Amino acid sequence: MGFSKIWVHGESTEVGTATITLELLAKARELADVVEVVMAGDADAVAAELGDHGASTVHTIGALNGGLVGPRLASAIAAATGAGDGPNVLLCGTTYDGRDVAGRLSVKLDVPVITNVVDLVVDGDRLIGQEPVFGGTKDVFTGFIGDGPAIFLVRPKSFPAEPSGGPAATVAGLEVGDLGGTGGAMVGERFAEESSGPRLDEANIVVSGGRGLGDAEKYEMIETLARLVKGAPGASRAVVDAGWVPYAYQVGQTGKVVKPTLYLACGISGATQHLVGMKGSANIIAINKDAEAPIFGIADLGIVGDVHKVLPKLIEALEARA
Amino acid sequence: MDVVVCVKQIPDPADPGELDAETRTLRRDVKLILDESDSYGVEMALQLVDSAGEGEVRLVSMVPNSEMSGLRTALAMGAASAVLVSDEALAGSDALSTAKVLAAAIRRSEPDLILAATESSDGYTGTVPVQLAELLGLPSVTFGREVTVADGVATVKRQTEAGYDVVECPLPAVVSVTAGVVEPRYPSFKGIMAAKNKPVDELDLAGLGIDPTTVGWSGARQEIVDVVDAAARESGEVVVDEGDAHERILAFMDELKVL
Repeated sequence: MGFSKIWVHGESTEVGTATITLELLAKARELADVVEVVMAGDADAVAAELGDHGASTVHTIGALNGGLVGPRLASAIAAATGAGDGPNVLLCGTTYDGRDVAGRLSVKLDVPVITNVVDLVVDGDRLIGQEPVFGGTKDVFTGFIGDGPAIFLVRPKSFPAEPSGGPAATVAGLEVGDLGGTGGAMVGERFAEESSGPRLDEANIVVSGGRGLGDAEKYEMIETLARLVKGAPGASRAVVDAGWVPYAYQVGQTGKVVKPTLYLACGISGATQHLVGMKGSANIIAINKDAEAPIFGIADLGIVGDVHKVLPKLIEALEARA
Repeated sequence: MDVVVCVKQIPDPADPGELDAETRTLRRDVKLILDESDSYGVEMALQLVDSAGEGEVRLVSMVPNSEMSGLRTALAMGAASAVLVSDEALAGSDALSTAKVLAAAIRRSEPDLILAATESSDGYTGTVPVQLAELLGLPSVTFGREVTVADGVATVKRQTEAGYDVVECPLPAVVSVTAGVVEPRYPSFKGIMAAKNKPVDELDLAGLGIDPTTVGWSGARQEIVDVVDAAARESGEVVVDEGDAHERILAFMDELKVL
């Protein structure tokens, strides 16, 4: 199958190219001679930045005009593949849109997707995806059998984003085919939710709360603490399932993977589900009543104590310093 | 309005689980329960049908071994019936094969709306809902936080990195919902008793017109080449709070110079 030509799904945020795109480019150029980006939107605006990170060409389907990216980009990539101009490998981030693109394309090309990848390794003429399982205690290595582009969904924070100093990428148009009934969903209003601090998966400090907080109102302590340390608030799955905070806050296997300098786990027991998402943190502090909680097995500093007693004092001390 | 909810029966996540030595995938020959992630879709479907004032909630699921206790849980919540695709040949199916089987089962009933969780708790590929939509030729809205339906259009608040988008989607459509968006009802005693008699249509692959060699292990187009123990993370100092643990935390942060 080979992997001489890799396409990276290009995503952007309100403030420019998404970090995940730059992370994927850094890995792609380590692996392949030809590294290109495929995206929706204004490619001219990002051609210099993407070139600086190793992309030689940016293929764009142009403005979405309210349509969702998944069916449109998948249709365009499938058409390029059918015409023999497609990639050997497509790397998408495990993001809201990345999963839509990879899933739609998988059906169009009738090839599976290897998901939750945290590293890519070379095995002869194919790439193997590494995925953590059982709370990150084991790594599974999966490869494709047979033909067709290899589609990988890669978790954010798997590779460091680094510029390579390349020239601005060439911009090329990519045609969207007939969408049939698949393109009917249209975005109306977009709402940004209040968040004063850094993004969860990019923060230097993450303060997460779990079921040990007791009830939804107590989650405020996590937000206060996160604000005081200029970090981002996160949550365990139990707290998201209970509806205290939205899914976007969730750290774990189903949720975000974070690798901050410091992860502060408050009232989180450390289910394997959660550990997958945070055990790559450089330093971990855990506060939990239960001395037997699994989270203490990976914490650099474990506090056996009640979050309702420890956190108010910690908040007070930080406020006194501010 | 008829809503189909895709549900998965999984090994209890509270049980650590293990890999099958031969297949190197999660052992599923244990007691299976309804994936908690799916209870949100079931609840949302019940509420949507309730507010529409007509229609019913139907379940679609697949297993290699006739297991249906998890389905009974969802039926006890209030779903009217279920289609269970049960065939030994399904063991080892990847997400694309899963979507193909579910799509074939859904095609038999022509629902107005298909709901699914964003991802299962055991496999968590998060690709099945959108693959299902593509196979059925339908639009989809993934990561829904709130869903309302009026005049043949679903209005979905879709999670984004910055907040959420309000997406309007003509029906029929596939919508995946995130956890925590509604409060799943506990099955009542009456519901549990009624669930025992609700129809579960059990089909094998032949009954669905699917060639068994295209799914499961025989149809797999990805392979696990290795499973290794990951580097263990050492634990550090553990302190019992005597009322001054916050000072120890501050000192730790100061050492890291993160403040």
